[in-house]
Amino acid sequence: MDNIAGKKSALTWATRLTVFALVVIWLIPTTGLLVSSFRDRDQISATGWWLSPFSVEQGLRGRTTIEGVIKEGDTYISRGSLFDDEEILKSVGDTRPPISAFGTTGRDPGKYPSGELADIGKGNKLVVNADGTYEFFSSKAPGSTGQRVYVIASMPPDFSFENYITVLTADKMDVAFINTLTVTIPTTIIPILMAAFAAYALAWMDFKGRGLLLGAVVAALVVPLQLALVPALQLHNAVGIGQSFLGIWLAHSAFGQPLAVYLLRNYMIGLPKDIIESARVDGATDFQVFVRIVLPLSFPALASFAIFQFLWTWNDLLVAKVFLPSADEAKVMTVKIADDLLGSRGGDWGILATAAFVSIAVPLLVFFTLQRYLVRGLLSGSVK
Amino acid sequence: MSPLVQGIVTIALGVGGSIAYFYLSNLFLDKVLFPARGENISRNINRANTIRPWLFLGPTALLLAIYLFYPVVGSFVRSLYNRDGDLFIGFDNYTTFFASDGFQTAFMNNALWALVVPALSTFLGLVIAQLTDQLKWGNIAKSIIFMPMAISFVGASLIWKFVYANDPDIGLINAIRGSFGLESMDPLQVPFWNNLFLMVILIWVQTGFAMVILSAALRGIPDETIEAAIIDGANPFQVFFKIQIPQITTTIVVVWTTITILVLKVFDIVYAMTGGNFDTQILPSYMMQFMFRDDGRATAIAVVIMLIVSPVMIQNVRQARREMR
Repeated sequence: MDNIAGKKSALTWATRLTVFALVVIWLIPTTGLLVSSFRDRDQISATGWWLSPFSVEQGLRGRTTIEGVIKEGDTYISRGSLFDDEEILKSVGDTRPPISAFGTTGRDPGKYPSGELADIGKGNKLVVNADGTYEFFSSKAPGSTGQRVYVIASMPPDFSFENYITVLTADKMDVAFINTLTVTIPTTIIPILMAAFAAYALAWMDFKGRGLLLGAVVAALVVPLQLALVPALQLHNAVGIGQSFLGIWLAHSAFGQPLAVYLLRNYMIGLPKDIIESARVDGATDFQVFVRIVLPLSFPALASFAIFQFLWTWNDLLVAKVFLPSADEAKVMTVKIADDLLGSRGGDWGILATAAFVSIAVPLLVFFTLQRYLVRGLLSGSVK
Repeated sequence: MSPLVQGIVTIALGVGGSIAYFYLSNLFLDKVLFPARGENISRNINRANTIRPWLFLGPTALLLAIYLFYPVVGSFVRSLYNRDGDLFIGFDNYTTFFASDGFQTAFMNNALWALVVPALSTFLGLVIAQLTDQLKWGNIAKSIIFMPMAISFVGASLIWKFVYANDPDIGLINAIRGSFGLESMDPLQVPFWNNLFLMVILIWVQTGFAMVILSAALRGIPDETIEAAIIDGANPFQVFFKIQIPQITTTIVVVWTTITILVLKVFDIVYAMTGGNFDTQILPSYMMQFMFRDDGRATAIAVVIMLIVSPVMIQNVRQARREMR
């Protein structure tokens, strides 16, 4: 028995470790995005997000001062601190990061270690110390500007909401956010009501062609959306809706119907028959049965579908690209990110990460608070 | 009027309109058209009850007809016309496609997607479902693996840019390569493998879906069968492969086909990650290249996608009708 028990515990540990490893693998990409969205943009391109808690070796540039130059023999000597230089002050703010190296060309900004007296050519010598103070020995009298100096400073980690402020104010992302809401909320609420009535008819009313209609709904579940795009848009153009919010509301409401009817019908058919029959015997009309009995009892299924539809419309790119105008004023977040940010600002990782996080924050919130209903919906939708 | 205000008005109109439609149409049917009184009372009630289902189904049926069934025909007809839609060219759009390299690449890539993504998602989902069911913190693990389901494909693509980026200070893969002293490269430009790297994103999203459903199926297996096997001396692997899996094959097939259908429709990942360059095009994203430029060709691709999906559709409809009886 000892043997079996020992084996079992080894297996348990293997299980734990495997699951833990999988969870980590699943989390890493999203963590990268989240961390990057709070980082300073220069730091993002300087080190990977996994090094973000550590200070970053960052290049800065400034100039030596031209004031208070002393002449000793043939050399002009200027002394001062780089942290008094406006250009450098702008990038470091209140921090006084230690300087590890310096140089005089942008090509090789860290040519000399700090503290070393470097011969920088043309009879000029320069030394920059770790605390930012420097001495510059020149053979010529200073001109209108000082000597260009590049330094490598190790900047402390810089986390802020700056990217969020940029994204939400400057990039029309606020418009896109509101547009996404404008598309999502009506198309989550309106289809439910229609589908609920249809599902009730398919579940509890007896009429010719019911089987056929149910088959049609199941078939419609699988029809690729791609097929609908061109004809539906042509239709919209023909009746004068064109590419507009009204158009996308109609389209999304329609595309949501098959799943809604299917989910709700499966749920409603499972409701206790006695209640419905006895209400009918008592003289309730179908409309009353539906509104007073079936609808309240179907709340879990309604909630499940609402979550599905919300996530699907919020995250949709295809329908929005086709049914909404391509003007900036009408772009939803997914289109904005895919077409504008990924294209033209492909290199601005801070903005990209932040924009992406803004767009996934709401669905994630919905997901974590209403996961129960989502799972229930999934199970009733695909497993019978 | 700002879109948001418009939206709120729409919600009010839509919800109010729906309720009004259902309420008033029923009222009209019962009180005006076929009133349940007078000499024809029983005939009237019967007639009203024949019509009522169609009042309930009306809006849904209309939307389905306009947006899902008419387009099947509409797209097919449109695909027989040229770019501007004024010249009937028969199957020329299709024959041009079948001969073109772009279409062949997209088709082959799509086939690869349809094989790899469902297989790996289902397999990983099954393994994770089985493993997490035995752990105390299994539910938290499940939540995390399920989480990408909530994220848009565009968002997921962006998230994975931070893994694939061709810069050791941004992309995790190149950072790891760098630590082994290897030079940076762009994973999305490596022929053939770039397709697999893109598939990883969809697998990352879909595994949670497979896991949730398969985990429920695994829990539905009667305990006796498992206990009996253990008493007979089966090891955990034998229990898993010989007792548990055979009992949930139907669910596995459902999950597999559901993901396959999804794979055939998703264009967002390719669109956002490579734009179809470097031989990563798939049919849905290939179609978007023609959308707004050449509707004839765009619809031809849509019809091809539809044809690929149709066996599953027929199977589903059959299954549903069997369950009805």
